[in-house]
Amino acid sequence: MTVTEAAARPVRRLQWQLAQVREIVVETYRVKSLLLHVANWQGHLSGQHVDIRLTAEDGYQAQRSYSIASPPEDQLLTLTVERVDNGEVSPYLVDDLRVGDQFDLRGPIGGYFVWTTAMGGPLSLIAGGSGVVPLMAMLRHRDRQNIGVATSLLYSSRSLEDVIYRAELDAMARCDPHLRVVNTLTRKQPDGWMGRRGRIDKALLAEECFPPERSPKIFVCGSTPFVEDVSRFLVELGYDPLTIKTERFGPSGGQAP
Amino acid sequence: MISMDGTTIARGFRSKRHEQAPKDRLPPGQHVTTDFPVLSAGPTPQMKLGDWTFALQLGVSLLGKWNWTEFEALPQTTIKTDIHCVTKWSKLDTTWQGVTFDDLLKAVGLTEPPAPHIMAHCDGGYTTNVPVADLIGGQGMIATRYEGLPIPPAHGGPARLLVPHLYFWKSAKWVRRLRFMEKDQPGFWESFGYHNYGDPWKEQRYDGD
Repeated sequence: MTVTEAAARPVRRLQWQLAQVREIVVETYRVKSLLLHVANWQGHLSGQHVDIRLTAEDGYQAQRSYSIASPPEDQLLTLTVERVDNGEVSPYLVDDLRVGDQFDLRGPIGGYFVWTTAMGGPLSLIAGGSGVVPLMAMLRHRDRQNIGVATSLLYSSRSLEDVIYRAELDAMARCDPHLRVVNTLTRKQPDGWMGRRGRIDKALLAEECFPPERSPKIFVCGSTPFVEDVSRFLVELGYDPLTIKTERFGPSGGQAP
Repeated sequence: MISMDGTTIARGFRSKRHEQAPKDRLPPGQHVTTDFPVLSAGPTPQMKLGDWTFALQLGVSLLGKWNWTEFEALPQTTIKTDIHCVTKWSKLDTTWQGVTFDDLLKAVGLTEPPAPHIMAHCDGGYTTNVPVADLIGGQGMIATRYEGLPIPPAHGGPARLLVPHLYFWKSAKWVRRLRFMEKDQPGFWESFGYHNYGDPWKEQRYDGD
């Protein structure tokens, strides 16, 4: 976006809206997806996030940001939430929330860490843990639009049980010759695991990302140490820092900026 | 359930916070964190101090330029302040050392700021705009130490802009240039839907807030 476009854009306030839980999907033992009906949702781009606001009966409020997991094409808005032990908001969302419950939400927020089919490829997505969530919105968007943008997802999880969207990712990759999904398991691998082991390092990135000559669009999302390591490796491998978009999930659940 | 003022009561949600910061320390919608989350749009630049320079510009003309040694020789100020990130965390009583905006003006021989706005330019292409009125009078500095130590690269080192009374994205990491502007222009996040000014006490997170 150019400065002039930004300046000319009409200013509208992002209003708080009522979100109602329509469906809850158990993704892993500590991760759930909340499928929400938002009455006046104006649409979003893959990679954007929302703010949610929980209000207790005594008036106490807590706000947090969560990435959107659903593509713009879907009717319901999906947030995928990982339980952070000792957290204040995520244990409520993961353990207490039921279908029919309501809370306030506003968005979409963020316009930098986004991908649309118009931006093309090749697309190198690199996820650590729940950092896969905004990247999944991109993969689902790409899938719904059914265009053959060459794409790779390099996804690091602690164990097979921690892999979010495993069945859906497997299914997507199986019937799409232009999509490659590479899982690496860092702490525990099941017997007979044929996939990658250990943290994402420079060698794995060199092997699984599209080479710098092809100028891939790169999106990296995960914990701060994960993103710091991966983005540093990528720069050392010769990728232009300006082509590497990052989103760091801090211990406080923060997202961009 | 919808309450009188239109907020929705989240069934069964309760505060788990045992100690809350005093109301006059915590802007609306924020919570206190004791860690220091890192949020940046791209890779952390690896800058060698020997290659680092810092410049003050008016439009395209140079008002002053310092290398690391020269910059370290400028008058140093230490401040203790709270910081507030737009992603909802606040960190209380952080200590920063650096060169105030006022001292930078003095160092280039100016008694008055030459224009009403600045754009901060950073390694990695990041920019942010700040009114000069929010930098003068000891409100803004180029910080080079955090809690007495060099600022780690992930937190904006060697030097970051510090404007702690605005949301922390205005305190640009890896700052290399401040450019005075006659007319205000949006910086990086300000062009992506974030508020142009960013006062945490008015909860100016996004456009139109």
